[in-house]
Amino acid sequence: MALGKGERPGPRVGNRSSRILGGPGGGRSLAIAAVSTIVFFGGLALIVVNSPGWPEVQDKFFYWPEFRESLPDIADAFLLNVKLFLAAEVFILVLALFLAVLRGLPGPTLFPLRLLSAAYTDVFRGIPTILLIYLLGFGVPALAIEGVPRSEFFWGGVGLVLVYSAYVAEVYRAGIESVHPSQEAAARSLGLTRLQALRHVIVPQAVRRVIPPLLNDFIGLQKDTALVGLLGLVEAFKQSQIESAGSFNFTPYLATAALFLLLTIPMTRLTDWLIARNRRRELARP
Amino acid sequence: MKRLALLAVLALAPFAGCGGDNGDEAAAPTTTEAATCDKGQLQLVSAGKLTIGTDNPAFGPWFGGGTPKGSKWEFNDPSTGEGFESAVAYAVADKLGFAKPEVVWVVVPFNNSFRPGPKKFDFDINQISVTAERDRAVDFSDSYYDVNQALVALKGTPIANAKSRDDLKPYRLGSQIGTTSLAYINDTIQPEKDARVSDTSNDVVAALNAKQIDGIVVDLPTAFFLVGAEEVKNGTVVGQFPNAGGAQEHFGMLFEERNPLRDCVNTALAELKDDGTLEQIQQEWLSEKASAPVLE
Repeated sequence: MALGKGERPGPRVGNRSSRILGGPGGGRSLAIAAVSTIVFFGGLALIVVNSPGWPEVQDKFFYWPEFRESLPDIADAFLLNVKLFLAAEVFILVLALFLAVLRGLPGPTLFPLRLLSAAYTDVFRGIPTILLIYLLGFGVPALAIEGVPRSEFFWGGVGLVLVYSAYVAEVYRAGIESVHPSQEAAARSLGLTRLQALRHVIVPQAVRRVIPPLLNDFIGLQKDTALVGLLGLVEAFKQSQIESAGSFNFTPYLATAALFLLLTIPMTRLTDWLIARNRRRELARP
Repeated sequence: MKRLALLAVLALAPFAGCGGDNGDEAAAPTTTEAATCDKGQLQLVSAGKLTIGTDNPAFGPWFGGGTPKGSKWEFNDPSTGEGFESAVAYAVADKLGFAKPEVVWVVVPFNNSFRPGPKKFDFDINQISVTAERDRAVDFSDSYYDVNQALVALKGTPIANAKSRDDLKPYRLGSQIGTTSLAYINDTIQPEKDARVSDTSNDVVAALNAKQIDGIVVDLPTAFFLVGAEEVKNGTVVGQFPNAGGAQEHFGMLFEERNPLRDCVNTALAELKDDGTLEQIQQEWLSEKASAPVLE
């Protein structure tokens, strides 16, 4: 197709998609984008700032001295969230892969294992995380069984691992099922056992494909660590509640939100970048 | 990078102008004349009615009398007039000229009592301790109860033998979120282990019963209530604490900022103190105040 004068080539397929500043274009479209952005957000800001309750809201939600004062304590408590999601993520990735592999086992003899895996996913994906954490954190220690941990951190972590491994198992399963059956056939024909084929051929391809959705769930996990505050652990959200109740001001919640964003936004950008890279690679293949 | 910088500026913009011009407490109108306390001239949430807020469930000994059939309240219905805070509220209402049926109770969770915007109550009475920081956001009445914090533990556990605040250092304590009890643990007792901070008072009690914590810090009347009503099984009030920093902690009723009703309530409270009514109500509902050893 010949391009006429002044026409630019259409967007290349490989570059489409998840980038925010999408599309081609020189300075002109950038300028339009800038003006449109300023008009949109500026208008929104004007509406908020001119609302009758704004002075009150500004004083209660955007009170700088309170922000400054509460941020160090909240940041301190936020370390607990970080520790928790790092610890939980390790167990989630392992347990979920195990569940996904179980679910994919062939043959009638192994039906009970498939059933078990499916039931696990159904149950733990179906229970609200907040409920599960509450039930575990308050219920199990109350049994007073010798040797069973009473730590809130432990039970909060267990709750998160149970729920998120159910989600992540489904992600893995989708990845495994997306690998063409011919891959396994080829591997078996080379003399690999079923397990070896899984280990060396199927799973590596599957995992590579599902890295973006895995990161997605990881971000979800980061935010859900706030739920363990329910058990009495002082994590970031809990700390902001404490600060807020002490001063009857809501600015500490904003400080907490900022901390979470500081962590999740780079992750989101990374996910976007990975998705774009994967697309490029797959399209580059003959 | 420029875009990021712009975003950062936008994100911080709402803080602009939050400097220090918020010391409006000093400027709060105190010029209200006694004449405006006439029942007919009061500005009320609901005309002709005194609307009072408190949290649901309404716990003893602050509220009592159980729940009549069809009541939406848990444990106690404030409109029974029983329990310390209910009795105080009705005594104040009486001084302001409201008969019992003209008092309306509404459910106000603690966190909602201080959120910005118009309030749905004329005042809130919910064991809220008055602090200077909190006073910035709302207005408080004068004290209707001077309160001390206390320690509840299980009988026979090591902590139950504590004689001083220093004896408590090695233990794990718990309290309800947002309370001055929690502040007392963190700022004054300063135990070696992090406090367990529960969302509800029921959760604190559950943690002690499950031995996840060694003791609960809570105000003294509630401490006696928890033990007396067997909320804490086999519990004991180990002792009460002297106030932190020498200032007497007290409960106040909570008003929307600059609500002129506050001054009328203060006048009523002063009368109730002078004629001994407040003391009498306290005797009736919180009689055990003196009987706990002090943990210096």
